[in-house]
Parts: sequence; structure tokens; C-alpha cells
Amino acid sequence: MLSPVDISLESLNLSTLTPMFIPIVGALLILVVDLFKVNLHKSLYVVLSLLFLVMDIFSLFSSSDLFVRNGITLGVFDVMIVDGLAIISQFIVVGASLLFIPLAMTHKRFHEFSYPEFFALFLFMIGGFQFMVSSDNLIMIFVGLETSSLALYTLIAMHNREKSFEAAVKYFTMGALAAGFFSFGAMIFYALTGSVEIHQIADVLRANNFENISFVLVAVVFLLGAIGFKLSIVPFHTWAPDVYEGASAAMAGYMSIVPKIAGFVVAMRVFEFLIHSGVAWLEVILYIVVVITMTASNMWALVQTDVKRMLAYSSISHAGFVMAAILIGTTQANSALFLYWILFSFTNLGSFSMLWMSRQKHLPDYQQSDHSYNKFAGMIKTAPVAAVIMALFMLSLAGVPPFALFWGKLYMISSAVTSGYIVLALVMALNSAIAGYYYLKLIVFMFMKEPVEGYDGEVYVNNATLALKTIIGVAAVGTIFAFVAINPLLEFISAFVYNSGY
Amino acid sequence: MFDHILSSLIFFPAIAGVFGFMIHKDSIRTYGIAVSIVEFVLALVLWYGFDNSVSGMQFMESIPLVPSFGINYTLGVDGISLFIVILSTFFTMLGIMSLTDTPNVKNMIVTLLFLQMTMAGVFVALDAIVFYVFWELSLVPMLYIIGAWGGPLRIYASIKFFLYTFTGSLVMLVGMLFMAYLYYQATGIWSFNLLEWYRLILPQSYQLWLFAAFFLGFAIKVPMFPFHTWLPYAHGQAPTIGSVILAAILLKMGTYAFVRFSLPLFPDASVFFMVPVAILSVIMVIYTAMVAYAQKDIKQVIAYSSISHMGIIIIGTFALNVEGISGSVFLMLGHGVVAGALFLLVGVIYDRRHTKIMSEFGGLAQVMPRYAAIFGVMLMASVGLPLTINFVGEFLSLLGFYKQSPILTLLAGTGIIVGAIYMLAAYKKLFFGEITKEENKNLTDVNKRELVALIPLVIVAIWLGVYPKPVLGPINSSVESIVELMHNKATTKEAKMRIPSLAKAKVIEIKHTTVVEEAH
Repeated sequence: MLSPVDISLESLNLSTLTPMFIPIVGALLILVVDLFKVNLHKSLYVVLSLLFLVMDIFSLFSSSDLFVRNGITLGVFDVMIVDGLAIISQFIVVGASLLFIPLAMTHKRFHEFSYPEFFALFLFMIGGFQFMVSSDNLIMIFVGLETSSLALYTLIAMHNREKSFEAAVKYFTMGALAAGFFSFGAMIFYALTGSVEIHQIADVLRANNFENISFVLVAVVFLLGAIGFKLSIVPFHTWAPDVYEGASAAMAGYMSIVPKIAGFVVAMRVFEFLIHSGVAWLEVILYIVVVITMTASNMWALVQTDVKRMLAYSSISHAGFVMAAILIGTTQANSALFLYWILFSFTNLGSFSMLWMSRQKHLPDYQQSDHSYNKFAGMIKTAPVAAVIMALFMLSLAGVPPFALFWGKLYMISSAVTSGYIVLALVMALNSAIAGYYYLKLIVFMFMKEPVEGYDGEVYVNNATLALKTIIGVAAVGTIFAFVAINPLLEFISAFVYNSGY
Repeated sequence: MFDHILSSLIFFPAIAGVFGFMIHKDSIRTYGIAVSIVEFVLALVLWYGFDNSVSGMQFMESIPLVPSFGINYTLGVDGISLFIVILSTFFTMLGIMSLTDTPNVKNMIVTLLFLQMTMAGVFVALDAIVFYVFWELSLVPMLYIIGAWGGPLRIYASIKFFLYTFTGSLVMLVGMLFMAYLYYQATGIWSFNLLEWYRLILPQSYQLWLFAAFFLGFAIKVPMFPFHTWLPYAHGQAPTIGSVILAAILLKMGTYAFVRFSLPLFPDASVFFMVPVAILSVIMVIYTAMVAYAQKDIKQVIAYSSISHMGIIIIGTFALNVEGISGSVFLMLGHGVVAGALFLLVGVIYDRRHTKIMSEFGGLAQVMPRYAAIFGVMLMASVGLPLTINFVGEFLSLLGFYKQSPILTLLAGTGIIVGAIYMLAAYKKLFFGEITKEENKNLTDVNKRELVALIPLVIVAIWLGVYPKPVLGPINSSVESIVELMHNKATTKEAKMRIPSLAKAKVIEIKHTTVVEEAH
């Protein structure tokens, strides 16, 4: 007979689960509210979600205090790991969600927001992402990944347009394949090392000096494929433009930020030790992937006729740019990754919100898609403030100083230079120049062309409510005055990343 | 009183620009003029407070921006930058004053005020990143000015302008980051402070690569042959005010940056690349002068002649001695005044006839005598007639380079002769002969608004041609300190030889060390 397992509750350290529990409890609460009373206005759910997210932020503050005092905390049979990476990325996840959820308060009525399930799923998804980033157990990562992905597929489909279903199904199919890849990769690692915990895998592989290098590489390729799907790294990017087009603009903006930061953290945990182990092949694979992702998606973005698709390709390019940090693998590079992504989330969420604000219910004849370039022609004459703000986001995305993303690019390129990747740094710089063209194209349309006949400024602020305007205002202020925040952010991030051993 | 004058010089127009949105569009012109006069007076106050006996940086300000990465908001001005800053405020003022009826005049004036901010920022920044911020930011207002108020090909021209410069600058940014990394390796501290970078002596192999990276950014801005193709488009399509600011100030950012960054940071590489750069410049001088002769459009003539003169500036800079560099800095001012004035003059005739093709004109001297007189003075200044502003700069630049290579100097000098040919030919086509077109018979002469802008430029062009000392003095003393710094930093023997030392004692010291080396 088995002896009873005796584990003290103390040693489980359940407090590591607090940040994930808060959104999950919130989601359950929303479902319970729906049980008792139906047909409540969406504003109730929006505010409830906001409240739980704010509480989540507070719990993150306390875990970061704990990290500063005690260093890395393990919990729940060492499955949960609360280190600097986990904390920063959870801040980004929850912060971006805080900025996203008020975008539901549109002026026009959209199908999905009338369902409480939307908000419940949304909070479940955040919980999933939080699990994903705060574990180095491949199974736990997988569970978090799938929780969040399944919720996300549904959220996209709930937009209830022909293209949304297509997008959701496409994303689901691709995601299922990625899940398969991930489990295959994890399986091979388990077969090689007898563990699913990344640090133990690293220890075992290092101890036997990468004996089965061919198997390791197969596992790495599988994992790279799986994570590549999440990060929309070329050649696993094909879903991204269609899914972004099908999803609502706000959701597309959200998708370009939050799932990816979770993916980056996983990539950092998985690939870091492999890069530093001196397995040359992996470096070459990553190098090629990074360069192709940046360059090819820039080329595709050049020829788009729809602003949203252009932004989709541009997000792929930014992801490739940031993926370079994983390749470089120094503390400075990893800090640059987080800095970049924080600044990127402000700018990109802002620009997608601008599209969201101008979303029409019915398209006029000359407009082939929701956000074709010619819709924005002459915007400076009809809606000057909106045009200036949109131009601001575009300049920031292009990396024109002193706007937010410039500082991210600066630090990222510097980290490449510092580690001796001069050619990579030049490729990154030239890609920023290429990207300048398509961001400029929108500015050209807005500032230098004549407005379309019969358009007044109304269309650009179609959906505007106070909530939307506030979010865009926050994003714009964040974009302009980023230079004030760079130093504290950089110190915070560098300390956290360094103390987590990355 | 002078503690924060440089910051006010930068941010006063920007703040005024933001407030400008609140002004009613009927009053915006007056507002713009008032603001630009205040800005110009601020620049004059700066000159008044400037101590001519100091060759280093003055009015320095420093605020930490990203201290953990060594980025500080550091400003300062010396004899080299002082007058370019004054020139930029001067031209913004004249530009706004002479602004003819433009659609969306409010957007134009606000844009000009933002442009003024970036121009002041570039010339007084002493931190590489702050410099880069203003350098890049200056593209945006210019993009808008060309793209929104330009001719039929304006969108093509503005995008070409932006992308060309943007690409070059990004390569330069990589160079800056590498430079900062080298500084970090040497000292253990991250810093982008230019004055601290000056103290770093780099091995020649690094210098060559860094020089190349910086060169690409600067050369596109100047623009040097073969990167000059964006400029004729930009000038051809830009509205008058855009061409004026572009020619007078924005192009000077490139040549100024050569003096501020390339020479003192990389003295050995500057010597190494002296001949190739000079050859490019000579090609630029002669080739664009010939192209200018072939133009039918008067604005294109001036645009190409402007590129041609920029070649002389580069040659002067790369003479690497006091005469050459002082001459080139002075020529930057001279070229700014003259090219700016010529573009204003073309704007005058364009407003009346809405064409710039020279064959449409002829005999204008009969109907517009005052216009012809002013144009004549500026043309003579452009050709480099003695006692005009350009003569001083061109003469000194060529004199400086003569010490390095007489043959190349001679070739560059022929460019000036070709310059006289095409300018005089253009003048003949415009002003002499019979009036052939009916429309030209009733043209009105320059009006008061135009005179307000043109007369000060004529005065400056002649005053500084006759008596350049008040300007040349401070420039000279700052240039001397740069040359001295370069001489001391140079590591190769050739560089020591090419860059003359000003202090005699040092030469002996160096001879001594070389003797010791030989003895071993």
C-alpha cells in the first residue's frame, strides 16, 4: 500500500497563483452574474473586467516586491516560477488588456460585446497567458498556451462576420498544428532528458554534452515551429494577415501584442540555454529566420492596399525585429525585447484603435475593404486632430525619434552592436528604412491627397465614445512622452531580467 | 539670464507652434511673424552674450535623459554653430514674412515653427542621440511642406526626400551606437556625449568603418554626388518657402555634421578618405555645374548650382586645415544667404507668371528694374565675385585645399568658372533682350512684402563680403581648436603631417618621438 503523500500547504506556496486566479475568478463572476440576470448592458461587463484587471495589476506589484526582496520564487511543486521575466511580461499582458477592454464601448453596436461570454472568455484568456509565462514546465506552458488560444479563437469568431469565421477557423487549424508541434518537441526533450522542466533539460543536456545533437535539433525545430506560429515568424506567418483582417481592429491590435509577448517569454526560456550552449546550427537557423521575417514581411507590407493588412504585416516585421533579441541572447538584448514590446504595445494598440474608431457598418462603393488607404485620403482637412494622432503612431512605428518606438529600436540595435552582430544591426536599420515607406504611405494619403467627395470628418470618429478617445489619448501621450519613461523602465527591466539570470 | 537660452531657442518655436493651433486663421500670419522675430532676437541675444575669446563650447546645458544608457540632453554652442543657428532663425523669419497667399496657411506656419525647432536643435545638440533626434525630426515638417504645397510631382519628391535621408541616417545610427560601445569598452561608462567622444582615440581600422557609416548619413543630406538625385526633385516640387529653408539651412546640417562629428572623431580616417572625398566633390562641382547649364527651368538651375557650391564646402572641410575648414563654415553661411535669396527671387517671378521656364521670359529688366537689380547682386554673389559673401568662403576653402592637392583644387576652381557661365547665361535669358511674350509686358515690380525679405539678404551678402571679420573671427578660433584636437588625436604619421599643428612646440615633440622610434 502506498504511503500517504505528506506535503505541507506551506511548501506549495500557493500565493504564486494569485495573479492568475484573479482574472479567472472575475470570469466566473461574470458568468454567475449572467445566470441571474440576462440582457445587461455591456458597460457592466467592461467595468467588471477592468476592476479585476486592476486587482491583477496590484497583485503583480506585490509579486514584484517579493521578487526584489527574495529573488525567484517557486511554487506548486516547482511548476510555477515567479521570476523577472514572468513579472514583466504579466505586466505587459495585463496592462495591454486594460487598454484593450474599454475599446468595447463603441458608439455603434457590435454583436460580440452583447454577450457576457465574450468578457468571461477574455479574462480566462488572460489567466492562460499568465500561466504560460510563469512556468518553465513544458506541460504547464502547453496548458496555458491552449487555454489562451482556445479562448482567443472564440473571441475572433464572435465578431460574427463572414471573414471572422474564416479567420477563426484558419487560426484554429494553424493553432492545432502548432500545438502538435509543441507536444512533439516537448516529447523529444522528455525522451532525451527525462524531464519536462526547462532548467533540468538544460542541465542534463549540458551534462552529457549534447550527445544526441540531431535529436536536440529536431526537438528545437518542432518547438521553433510551435512558437513561430504564435509569434507569426516567417514561414509560419501565413495566418496572420487573414486573421487580423477578419478580427475586429481592436482585437487585431490586441493579438499583435499580448499573445506574442507570452510567446517571446517562452522562446526566451526555451532557446536561451541552447544559444549559449554554442550549438552553432541553432544560431544559424534563428539568424536566417529573423532576417527573413523582418525583410520578407516588410516587402509584403509594401504592396498592401488595406491599412489593417499593412499593419498586420508590419506587426510580423516587428516580431522578427524583436526575435533578434532571442538570437543575441545577452541581458541587454533581453531587456531591449521587453522595452521594445512595452513601447510597441502603446503605439500599435493606438493605431489599431484609430482604425477601430473609424469602422463603418456598411461600406460605400469605392471602398473595397474596411480600412482601404483611400478612405483616409485628405483626412487632415476633414479631421485634423485624428489625422495628426494617426500620423504620430505611424511615425513612431517607423522609428522616427523622439517617439516611443525609436527608443526601443535604439536599444535593440545597440544590443546587436554590442554583441558583435554588426551585420544584423545593419539589416535591422535598413529594414526600418524600408518600413518607413509603407508607414509614410498612410501619412501621404492623410496629409497630401484631396478628401474623397462627400466625406466629412464624421467617418473617422464614427465609433468614438469617451472611452475610446481616452484610450487613444493615453496611447498618444505614451507615444510622445516616451522619452521621459525610458530611464525608469530600462532600470526596472534590466534589473528584473538580470536577476532572473537571462 | 543666459542659462537656458539654448533650450528656449529650441523649444520656444515649438511651444508657439502648439499654441498656433488656437489662433484664428486670419491672424496666423501676424502670429508667425511675431514669433519668428522673437526667435531671431533670441538668437541675436545669444550672439551678444557669446564670448569671442573662448574657442570651446558656451552656454552649455545638461539634463540626464536616459542616464542608465548614457543619453543626456546636452547643448552647447561654439563659433561654428552660432552663426548657423542665427542664420536658421533669420531665414525662418524672412520665410514667414515673405510667405505669399498659400492654402492652409495656418498649417504651413505651424509646420515652419516646428521646423525651426528641429533646426535649432540639430546645431546646438552635443549629445549624439539628441542630435539624431532633431536630425530625423527635421524630415517630418519638410516632408509635409513639400508633399502638401508642392508641384504636380510633390508626393514622389517628398517621399524620395524622406526615404533617402532616413536610410542614410539609420546607417549613421548604427555607427553612433558602435561608437558608444567602443567608448563603453574603453571607459566602462555608456556615453553619447560628443565632447567625451572627442577624447577617445580609436585605432584606424575602426575609424575607417565608423567614418563610412557616418559619411553615408551626412553625404546623403549634403547631398554629395552620387547621392544627390533627391535634391533636384525636392527643389523642383517644393513651394518657394520649402526650397528656401531646404537650401539655406537643411543642407547645411550635413556639412556641419562633417565638421562636428567626422573630422574630430576620426582624424586618421579623414586623412585616409581625404582624396576620395575630394574627388567626389570635384565631380560634384563640375558635373552639377554642367547639368545646371543644361536646365530650362530657372529653379533647377539654382538647385544644381546649389549642389555645385556644396561641393566646394566639402572640399574646404576636407582640407583639414584652419583656412579650409573656416572657409567652408563661412561658405555654409554665404551659400545659405545666397541660395536662399535666389530661391526667394524665383518665387517672386513664379507668383506672377506661374511658370519657371526661362524661355517664357526675356527682357524682364525693362519691366522689373528693381527685381533685376537684386537678382543681379545675388547672382554676382553666387558666382563668387570679390566683395560679396561667397567670395570669402570659396577663396578660403580652395586656398585650404590647395595646400593638400593643387591639382584637385584647380579642377574645383574650373567649376566656379562654369558657374559664372551658366548663371550669366540664365541672367541673360531672363532679363535682357526684347520682351517676347505679351504677358510679361505688364508684370509688376517687387512689392513691399518681397522687399522686406530681400533687402536684408542683399545687405548681409555685401556686408559680410566686405567685412567678414565679426563672423569669421569666432569661427576661426573654434576651428583652430578642432584642428588642434585632430592633430593631437591623429595616430598615423600621414595624418600628423596632413593636419597641421598650431602649436609649434608640439611638432618638435613629435619629431622627437619619431626619432626615438627609428633609433630602436
